[in-house]
This record gives sequence, C-alpha cells and structure tokens, in this order.
Amino acid sequence: MTTMIRVDVQQHDFDLAAEYALVRDIALNPGAITIFSGLVRELQNSTSAGQSLTLEHYPGMTEKALQGIAEQAADRWPLSVCRIIHRVGTLMPGEQIVLVATASEHRDAAFDAAHFVMDYLKTAAPFWKKQTTREQDYWVESRESDHQAAARWQPRSNPDNG
Amino acid sequence: MFSIHYFASIREQLDSDGETLQASADISTVADLTALLAARGGAWKLLEDQHAVLVAVDQAVVDRSRTLSGNEEIAFFPPMTGG
Repeated sequence: MTTMIRVDVQQHDFDLAAEYALVRDIALNPGAITIFSGLVRELQNSTSAGQSLTLEHYPGMTEKALQGIAEQAADRWPLSVCRIIHRVGTLMPGEQIVLVATASEHRDAAFDAAHFVMDYLKTAAPFWKKQTTREQDYWVESRESDHQAAARWQPRSNPDNG
Repeated sequence: MFSIHYFASIREQLDSDGETLQASADISTVADLTALLAARGGAWKLLEDQHAVLVAVDQAVVDRSRTLSGNEEIAFFPPMTGG
C-alpha cells in the first residue's frame, strides 16, 4: 500500500480540525483515523508564572529522522496516511507541541502506528527540551522509560527460526 | 574538511555551536575525532562519554567506530528528548 507521508517541523501552532480534515480527505477508504496531540505540561512543583519549554532541534536531520520513522510505520502497518508535525521554539504550558495522525482501513493499524511513531520520535528524532521556571532553566533529561517504550516495538527474534 | 555541530547542553557546555576542522591522516574514525577534540581539556573531555553524548555523521546517529573519509558533517548532542 502506498502511504502518503507528510512531515513538518515548524514554530507556529497547528489546527487539529484542519489536520483531521486533510487526512480524511487524502486517505484511501479510511475506516480509522488516529490523531495524537502532545501538549506542554505545567510543572506542578513550581509556580506557574514564568514557565515555558524551549525546543531546540537539528535542522535537516530532524526532518530526515521524522520521515524515516514515518516510513518504518508505513512498512509495518497498512497506512494510507502518516502525518507528523513537531513544533520548535519556546512554548507555554497548555500549548500543542506534537501531532501524529495515521489513517488505515482498520483501527488496530491506525492506533498501533500512531503509538509507534510517538514512541520512536521521543528517542530517535533530534529534539531537545529546555525547561524554564521562575527559579531556573534546565535541560530535560532523557528518560529510561521512553527508551523502554521505543524498545518494545522492536521485532522479537523468533526461536523457531533461530 | 569536517563540518562539526554541537547542540543543546553540549553546545552550552562547550560554548560553541560548531566549527570546521581540517581532515588529517590521524582522523580515521569518529573515536579519533572525538579524542582530538577531548584533548583540548576542560568541558571538551565530556565528548568522550558515550552515554551522555551521541554522535551523528551526515545526519544519522552512528557508533564511534564509524570510519570517516574527511568531508563529513558531524554532530555531537545529548540523548534526544522530543515529543
């Protein structure tokens, strides 16, 4: 199946309804569309005033990495559309940061592919988050749980085939 | 000529977002290049920490044993935290 892949790295916000309409419009016989949106969380252990999150990235490699992740998803599941938007720059709590949309004839493929893309994107696309609070600025540390989430999508070796 | 980029916390710790470096016979792998940079001392030594610093060659993450021909784009950065 040919999968339409579209990847954008951008500073400006995205419109969830417009993205849904676009995916629905270009998808081939979509029985299921999964849309995931990630938002900037407000830190609960700090005053809300002055909080922001700044995303740095590696222009060029970022787009390639996202395209590669979408292609892996398209190889693995029968998708007609795989759409990724990731924002960069400084974002406030509550703002949208990432969108993944997948379309397929069946829900399992759409759900699983979107989940896969998000899990891979966290550890394999060159983005770095810097948290700003009123008290301090610090780089967000890579989390072991994110690496475990990505690892569980790796194909297991089949003992019957050695 | 190597075109070298530093990102995020690495960029801040080195106080540099990149440089160009003349290729030489001494530099045949990523590990060689890293050792040369680390020999500058101070914060540069942290580039040798393979857990804290990832390396990309021509925009793909590689092992430090990766061989270099002398005209690659190299990047050093911390583990990625997107999404």
